[in-house]
Amino acid sequence: MNKMKLVMVGNGMAGARTLEELLKIAPDVYDITVFGAEPHANYNRILLSPVLAGEMTIKDIMLNDVDWYEKNGVTLHLNKKVAKIDRRTRKVVAADGTQAGYDRLLLATGSNPFVLPIPGAKLEGVLTYRDIGDTNVMVEAATKYEHAVVIGGGLLGLEAANGLKTRGMNVTVVHLMEWLMERQLDRTAAGMLQKSLEAKGLRFLLNTQTSEIVGGDDGRVKGVKFKDGRELGADLVVMAVGIRPNTELAESAGLHCNRGIVVNDTMQTYDPRIYAVGECVAHRGVAYGLVAPLFEMGKVCANHLAHFGIGRYAGSVISTKLKVTGIDLFSAGDFTGADGTEEIVLHDPEGGVYKRLVLKDNRIVGGVLYGDTVDSSWYLQLLRDKQDIHEIRDHLMFGQNHLGNTGHQGRNKAAEMTDPMEVCGCNGVPKGAIVRAIKEKGLFTLEDVRKHTKASSSCGSCTGLVEQLLASTVGGAYQPQQAKSKPLCACTDHTHEEVRKAIREHRLLSISAAMRFLEWRTPDGCASCRPAINYYLLCAWPHEAKDDPQSRFINERAHANIQKDGSFSVVPRMFGGVTSPDQLRRIADVADKYKIPTVKVTGGQRIDLLGVRKEDLPGVWRDLDMPSGHAYAKALRTVKTCVGSEWCRFGVQDSTNMGIELEKALWRMYAPHKVKMAVSGCPRNCAESGIKDVGVIGVDSGWEIYVAGNGGIKTEVAQFLVKVKTREEVLEYAGAFLQLYREEARYLDRTVHYVRRVGLDTIKKKIVEDADNRKALWARLQYALEGEPDPWKERAAGKDREEYQALAEPA
Amino acid sequence: MAEALTKSREPACVARWIKVCRPEDIPELGARMIRRPGGDIAVFRNAEGECFALLDRCPHKGGPLSQGIVFGRSVVCPLHGWIVGLEDGCAEAPDTGCTRSFPVKVENGGLLLQLPD
Repeated sequence: MNKMKLVMVGNGMAGARTLEELLKIAPDVYDITVFGAEPHANYNRILLSPVLAGEMTIKDIMLNDVDWYEKNGVTLHLNKKVAKIDRRTRKVVAADGTQAGYDRLLLATGSNPFVLPIPGAKLEGVLTYRDIGDTNVMVEAATKYEHAVVIGGGLLGLEAANGLKTRGMNVTVVHLMEWLMERQLDRTAAGMLQKSLEAKGLRFLLNTQTSEIVGGDDGRVKGVKFKDGRELGADLVVMAVGIRPNTELAESAGLHCNRGIVVNDTMQTYDPRIYAVGECVAHRGVAYGLVAPLFEMGKVCANHLAHFGIGRYAGSVISTKLKVTGIDLFSAGDFTGADGTEEIVLHDPEGGVYKRLVLKDNRIVGGVLYGDTVDSSWYLQLLRDKQDIHEIRDHLMFGQNHLGNTGHQGRNKAAEMTDPMEVCGCNGVPKGAIVRAIKEKGLFTLEDVRKHTKASSSCGSCTGLVEQLLASTVGGAYQPQQAKSKPLCACTDHTHEEVRKAIREHRLLSISAAMRFLEWRTPDGCASCRPAINYYLLCAWPHEAKDDPQSRFINERAHANIQKDGSFSVVPRMFGGVTSPDQLRRIADVADKYKIPTVKVTGGQRIDLLGVRKEDLPGVWRDLDMPSGHAYAKALRTVKTCVGSEWCRFGVQDSTNMGIELEKALWRMYAPHKVKMAVSGCPRNCAESGIKDVGVIGVDSGWEIYVAGNGGIKTEVAQFLVKVKTREEVLEYAGAFLQLYREEARYLDRTVHYVRRVGLDTIKKKIVEDADNRKALWARLQYALEGEPDPWKERAAGKDREEYQALAEPA
Repeated sequence: MAEALTKSREPACVARWIKVCRPEDIPELGARMIRRPGGDIAVFRNAEGECFALLDRCPHKGGPLSQGIVFGRSVVCPLHGWIVGLEDGCAEAPDTGCTRSFPVKVENGGLLLQLPD
């Protein structure tokens, strides 16, 4: 079959990213030809400022070199500007006569810097700041000349000014408006920024309009004249007064343009064969000049070109970070403080910190941070997810709670860390290695960094730090993933919620049925989606959906925990942590018989037998004759208890028996992640109920129930849900909460993540205030657990025998 | 040294084909393991019914690949989640490293594995 022909005009970041996405999901659909006007392959334009400042080289910022195009079978025409599109015969013609026919055309022509229409704008030594060529001219000029004037006090102008200053020039920034970066900053933050830039030696003329650029006899710029009559000497003038979408080619081809090439949500222009992405487009009336939205567009466009056609681009919330070393600044959304908005402001002029969040209807709509941008990713996520913040309002300003986070020496400000300091304690990755990888490998997303460096890929406690490093290295190009619309995995564009809904509403009972119905891109999914779908099926259709052992992680498939040497560990269930001499004797006998090297008491008051050969597991279970402890599963693990009123002189409730009752009612319960519980017999709380998924604390008049605590990666104190009187109520409330978690949480979310996402108020409404709903939830959980077998007993009796048997050694 | 290297690359004349099981003895999208003094071997079967054999040691930290989740033509190591190709035994980029792979074929309903002597 003949491949379709795809031609791309413009070889910048947006276009190349679209091709990358396309090649990833549909490598064989198109023969691809690319025209680029610049002599370079695709480079990371947002890192031109560090190049200008001498912190990086051109080589460092190449994203796709010429080899990449060759390797992927893409025909690349560099230095060739396309002059004409012939839509009738479907071909493009370059200025030098090179032609290429297309079935689909992708325009990624980017934008042009705006040149002020004033006398002298064409003099030698007057330039704009857009590409490698401009950067090289500036670097060159800095070695020969002394005085530079930068017209424009926006993001780009300030980065240019800083770069030239670093290279030793005297730099004055001329700005038309009352304060710097007026589109991203309010007056206060801009004032603080100006002060720190002045401390670096930059000079500023605000409220100043340039009227003329004056040339010398040699034809080179020698000064700048302003409208108010003042003059300033200059050997170099950089105009950074904005960009205009480059629509020239599109317009000449008769495509509809309105402040950009007009595209729909699938990035198609008025000619459906012609797509456009990047700075050249106008989408829903908005033209974007930052990188992050371009990547989102690229993804949607690639998806459509590949005929998947599910993705829609719905516009972007953009954020800004200034890439000037030593200055921490962030802004996002609408911070103008329009009608109906309110503000929370924290201002410490002496300490150089300013934070302003603008709220509307309990949602963040905009914000400006100066000096302390640690929590910018978090705020941006709250903003983009439109999350209700009224519950966390009192500590919103102080950022995401980093207390109790372990593995990186208690640090939570990446900027203050030195290069050799360890960011990821699981994989031993220092800050320097992460920053180097981001720069050299052109990484833009958390997922990229995880793949390349392993940082934040294990327990995830350093995710916040890695996000900060991304934000400070690539600036506004880093956008945290929108949690609410995050696809389940790379095999689909559907979110967890969409997958669950489809399973419920269309009565999907097997993984293959779900993948077929939801048009999975891969034939049999991956190790991320298969376990999630398997859980969602079993949760939605207990006793009906078909469990797929091959879609379960080895621990749940083998019903034991795999260890680093490939052996397994066995933790028998002891309800409420109570055992007997008879059980202990059996455990001891099993340890002897199967030569089990280590016997250990676990954190959850159980006994762990470590180093069991897989072949021995069924025999071990048969001889133990104890129920499975599910220490290997995303399921109810243990109910930890204190001694309670039966023996303890302080105990006011019988916590041990309450714990036994809970564990007997809830064991065999699978969940999105592991579930740990505890019951204490008095507020001294010896069972540590405050850091459990469900923690119960006995008081004289009844029981207090706490939920969504966590003692792991990040210590999280459980939140008070309700106080009840009777043991039956404890069972009903705890069970209802866990069923709600089972039905609504995303796979691999612990209760803390789930409750943080939906808010404790929502939980209370559904469990505490709505008795009917609570009873229905509890009944659904009991139905799901009804008749659920003990997996060890079944396997001790011969089920899944092959799973545990090696094949005979070949002779 | 150079001579030794060349020799070890000539498997055909010294290798033998051995029947290990029937393909259907391996669960679809699953694996079985063969204990062997020279290092355990994992045999896999994917959704298309293709069979593969690898040394049962992840190139990362030696995890037992036979215990991983199989999808497409890959297996995910159960220890740290490296993705290893079933055909060549090589880790998916950006990870690097390969574990040994062994030729397999199906003949008369039996799965045969080619082992070096």
